[in-house]
Amino acid sequence: MAWPLLLAIIIATAMHFLLAPIIGGFGANLLMNCGIAIILATSLTVVNGFTGQFSIGHAGFMSLGGYTAAAIVYYGSYRLFGDFNFHGGVLSTKTFLANHGSMFTKGDALFIAGCLSGAIVAAAAGWIVGLPSLRLRGDYLAIVTLGFGEIVRVIIQGTPDQLDTTDPSIAILPFPKLLTHLGGALGFSGAPAYSTVFWVWFAVGITLAAILRLKQSSYGRALLSVREDEIAAASIGVPITKAKVRTFVFAAFFAGLAGGMYAMVVGTINAGELAFQKSFEIVIMVVLGGLGSVSGAAIAAVMLTLLPELLRDPPGLWPWGLVGAAILAGFILWLAPRKRGPLITLVSVCAGWELMRWIARREGIDLSDYRMVIYALTLIVVMIARPQGLFGVREIWDYLPRSWQFWNRKSAISVPTGAPA
Amino acid sequence: MSERLLDVREVSIAFGGLKAVQNFSLALPAGGLYGLIGPNGAGKTTAFNLLTGVYCPDHGAVSVNGHRIDGRKPSQIAAAGLARTFQNIRLFGELSVLDNIRLGCQLRRRKGIWATLLRTSGYVAAERQVRQQAERLLELFNLQSRVNEQAKNLPYGDQRRLEIARALATQPKVLLLDEPAAGMNPQEKIALMNLIRFIRESFSLAILLIEHDMRLVMGVCEHITVLDHGEIIATGTPTEIRTNPKVIEAYLGEAQN
Repeated sequence: MAWPLLLAIIIATAMHFLLAPIIGGFGANLLMNCGIAIILATSLTVVNGFTGQFSIGHAGFMSLGGYTAAAIVYYGSYRLFGDFNFHGGVLSTKTFLANHGSMFTKGDALFIAGCLSGAIVAAAAGWIVGLPSLRLRGDYLAIVTLGFGEIVRVIIQGTPDQLDTTDPSIAILPFPKLLTHLGGALGFSGAPAYSTVFWVWFAVGITLAAILRLKQSSYGRALLSVREDEIAAASIGVPITKAKVRTFVFAAFFAGLAGGMYAMVVGTINAGELAFQKSFEIVIMVVLGGLGSVSGAAIAAVMLTLLPELLRDPPGLWPWGLVGAAILAGFILWLAPRKRGPLITLVSVCAGWELMRWIARREGIDLSDYRMVIYALTLIVVMIARPQGLFGVREIWDYLPRSWQFWNRKSAISVPTGAPA
Repeated sequence: MSERLLDVREVSIAFGGLKAVQNFSLALPAGGLYGLIGPNGAGKTTAFNLLTGVYCPDHGAVSVNGHRIDGRKPSQIAAAGLARTFQNIRLFGELSVLDNIRLGCQLRRRKGIWATLLRTSGYVAAERQVRQQAERLLELFNLQSRVNEQAKNLPYGDQRRLEIARALATQPKVLLLDEPAAGMNPQEKIALMNLIRFIRESFSLAILLIEHDMRLVMGVCEHITVLDHGEIIATGTPTEIRTNPKVIEAYLGEAQN
């Protein structure tokens, strides 16, 4: 059935043509970053959440995918069109009103080919790294994946200078050789910026559909069993190492795809920015969302992408913040009328936000100076309040009444009732 | 082949200088219900681990239905038709009862990653069959009222039964039960004895049982092998074992002359 594909196209098109023009260039960039963060966080959930392997080298796969995509689009653009200009259609144009050309052009095809190649390169790297290292567990695997991320960074930073039209060798060198000129420590820049809200959110749709289908299948159940108890899983015929390596490849593929999208947001990518700090950021999203919860990871990814931006100049709650809070409170009252906890949390978050703004105004503090402190404090508070993450191992819709879950009557994963973990 | 469905020949393993199991041999016929007993530390569970691929034997051969399985991975051995339970229950605690069973069922109906992601008709059919088979098993084991409960929240006896049901879900030819009666009271033990007999009859498989409880072993097993210090000290029918001086010595200490 192809309905998730259709849904992804519809949502991405709506966001591209309706939402993006309203929120402007900066907003659109933020929207793209949110989408990329969702792909990264949900794909890492497959490894860290489903299979229970602690990987902290996700940015390494992202970096590999990003560089591959950027190099293919950059040098490919030169070979195809003779320049590094933008040759995309309407879907690839950031301000779509300016473009009345065709929907899909050669440039778009180049961009898609670049992103898919990046994803495949990352997946291949996932296989190569996973095969020897996934026999390890826990801390040992974490160290190996951390090392992998650093190796990717160091190798990329050691590549030769990026070539441009002034360099005669760009016309002579064979294409595969061109792809090794990645600009070293300076980073890679000047690739035409094809990423748009449409492409990123289309990729988000495909990623979410793939990961949710994986989770709600025999395949996903086998991965969960590996997390729960490897020995018992093996005793009922789950091939442990194979399952782990495959999740690694699967997650790396989507990380590579996200990397390609990321590189083409502005056309710049720098391996230094995709070092272990970026990996940790993704791990934080997964843990904050709840290990194993796809929707939790996606929501945490959006929150953690928006929060530092919101804290640059914290807007007042009035009016939209309060409207949102009221809707949320309505949902909580309706779904869990007896529970006080969520309501108290909601009220204290709103009060804390306004208190912070009030103190800042009174004392004349520029909050944007302290935004990373507030960001870190928020993480600490959330993890103390909900150590199992936002949704634990469940999904957000598992909290809806059963009669509402029309898609879930015969689902492959039966959601355990009783006390949530 | 039916005389030697599970055929274990001269299997040995040593951990450093400790000879945990030496020259362990066993021939389990189809439909047989055999017991493996011995004092604590005799190497019973190690023998099970050798059969199921948790350890790889230093010497010897293990075959199921004529196919060699020693040295293969636990998952391959499960596919070859050997299922087991564990001394200290190993359920998937965070998963539901239904999913625990379905994990066993899906061994015989595995679908590839592409079929899974594209939701092909073959995949949908396989998933439906897995669910139906799981529901039948749950009904058989009287667990249908707890389908959606987390396995870790079940009472102890139900956890034991769920683990046996999960092993049966893989459609094994041989079922290895590692101390299924551990921690049960006398009534539960009697119920377990009946359950074991019932399983052998209705699933037509061979069972090998490790047990400490003499009454249970003597009550259900047709043939008993006694291990002490990693070596077989006696084999035979329950009556033979009961009167064997070596067995009495191993359990009660040397006779005073």
